[in-house]
Amino acid sequence: MKLHTISINNLKRRKAKMAFLTIGLTVGIATIVTLVTLTSSMSSDIERKMDEFGANILITPQNNGLSMNYGGISLGGVTFDQRDILEVDLAKIRTIANNKNISAVAPKVLGGIQIGGHNVLLVGVNFDNELKIKQWWKIFGEAPTRGNELLLGSDASKVLNVGSGDSVTIKNEVFKVVGVLEQTGSQDDALVFVNLLKAQKILGKEGKITLAEVAALCSGCPIGDMVTQIAEKLPDAKVAAIQQVVEGRLKALDQFKRFSYAMAGVVIFIGSLIVFVTMMGSVNERTTEIGVFRAIGFRKSHIMRIILLEAAMVSLLAGFLGYVVGMGGAKLALPFMAESKNALLIWNSTVAFGSVGLALALGVLASLYPALHASKMDPIESLRAL
Amino acid sequence: MALIEISKVTKLYNSGVEIIEALRGIDISIETGEFITIMGQSGSGKSTLLSVLGGMNHPTAGDVKMAGIAIYQLPGEKLADFRAQNLGFVFQSFHLISYLTAIENVMLPLAIIQMSSAAKKTAARTALERVGLGNKLDRLPNQLSGGEQERVAIARAIVNNPHILLADEPTGNLDSKTSEEVMALFRELNCAGQTVVMVTHNPENGKYADRTINLKDGRVG
Repeated sequence: MKLHTISINNLKRRKAKMAFLTIGLTVGIATIVTLVTLTSSMSSDIERKMDEFGANILITPQNNGLSMNYGGISLGGVTFDQRDILEVDLAKIRTIANNKNISAVAPKVLGGIQIGGHNVLLVGVNFDNELKIKQWWKIFGEAPTRGNELLLGSDASKVLNVGSGDSVTIKNEVFKVVGVLEQTGSQDDALVFVNLLKAQKILGKEGKITLAEVAALCSGCPIGDMVTQIAEKLPDAKVAAIQQVVEGRLKALDQFKRFSYAMAGVVIFIGSLIVFVTMMGSVNERTTEIGVFRAIGFRKSHIMRIILLEAAMVSLLAGFLGYVVGMGGAKLALPFMAESKNALLIWNSTVAFGSVGLALALGVLASLYPALHASKMDPIESLRAL
Repeated sequence: MALIEISKVTKLYNSGVEIIEALRGIDISIETGEFITIMGQSGSGKSTLLSVLGGMNHPTAGDVKMAGIAIYQLPGEKLADFRAQNLGFVFQSFHLISYLTAIENVMLPLAIIQMSSAAKKTAARTALERVGLGNKLDRLPNQLSGGEQERVAIARAIVNNPHILLADEPTGNLDSKTSEEVMALFRELNCAGQTVVMVTHNPENGKYADRTINLKDGRVG
């Protein structure tokens, strides 16, 4: 016979009340687990989408140019004091405070050339990084791996009338077309892609780049801060975020997060009330019993331990059940809530331990006053008979 | 030195309308091994006196000493420890814990004592055998008769070998035959050296005691 024997036996006797308390807490914890898991799963889904979407920070040379647009029609521009970005400077991007949020940096050098009598825009890229950023690219053939290999946009392929396996000549040098892009509906369709080093050589821009795209999206990324940080590292470059996409999606997720936290707060409050009322009722029903305990020499701390042990056992069970039910709820709700139907459910050990820990803390804290009340009961008043 | 010494104990209650004097300057001395019955009419203060003796009711004035210790001057929870180590209680309504078996009820005072589970079980079984319930260890209170419940309550009170056994109207809820059996059990325990202080309104119980203290209007009559 130990104090926990009393707690366990009392729980067994008051099955209905303890079941009510367990269910109440389980529902609360399950709601929180569902919301937290949904939020993190949706964040992860959006991050994945963002990665697929591509770059969201654009680095271009600083200039004192004036764009000449009228009614949405570009008439070119007047540019003076054009500065180049040095390729070596790009390494500085990796030294910013939020460098962990950078998933890829894709430098490009652009320049006009002639192929078979046609004017085309040659783009030198680092194919490894480019393919990381442009995950939607579908290539008929393969991506270039050598310096004298080309990748053509679909329109460029049609205009030049060349396809995979054909050869073209650029500035007296023969290049083999190893791949053609499937139609993307973007500017990429009209471009000719070649290895960055080769392009720099062809265009006479060794060691220089025209622009760089940075993929740095995640739900919690401070894109604005990252833009500032990169701008500080590259004072001669113009750094801009593709704001609309970032802000729009993150704002929606942020709103859902806030809603989740508010819901979690309400649920915690209601859960605490359920525990408090049930435990207080239980203590009041056990007045005589507590009087007996006190009369036979139980200390106030012994009484508190009995009550808190009961609360802790129920809370632990509710925490475990709440996690299981909550994850089940999240699994059912995720396809309706996430942007993609194949969004992955995030199984997080922090949520598992957190839900059990939260239930335990909530149960014990809400039972503190009832336990204190029980320990302060006057044995004479409790027993009445004496 | 007497086991229990009560000197000039006064207990006042404030009902909100008037001050009630439950005990008025009581002086009592009880020796080790005595069997004392406290008798008196309703409202005479006998239950208040027992609760004061039991370390559960601070007197308004006066001293209560047990084995030379002024129990109401013990700091903090030391008074609860004193109750656990030195006193055994038998209540009028038995007050057994309904969800614990007979042996678990008897083991209750041992729940807060450092002792192996096996030793606790042995002590509880011995106590139940002493009161003649060695064959009903695992019965719940509602599976026992009134007399048997009283015996379990007595076993619970003696399981920790207390110096003093306090009983409040232990036969109040029993028929005459069972009452006699219970009183004979108290006498038997007393003969084995147990000091017993019992509050009772039944004059018949007085014949089992060494001495009877009569209370009237909060004074020893």
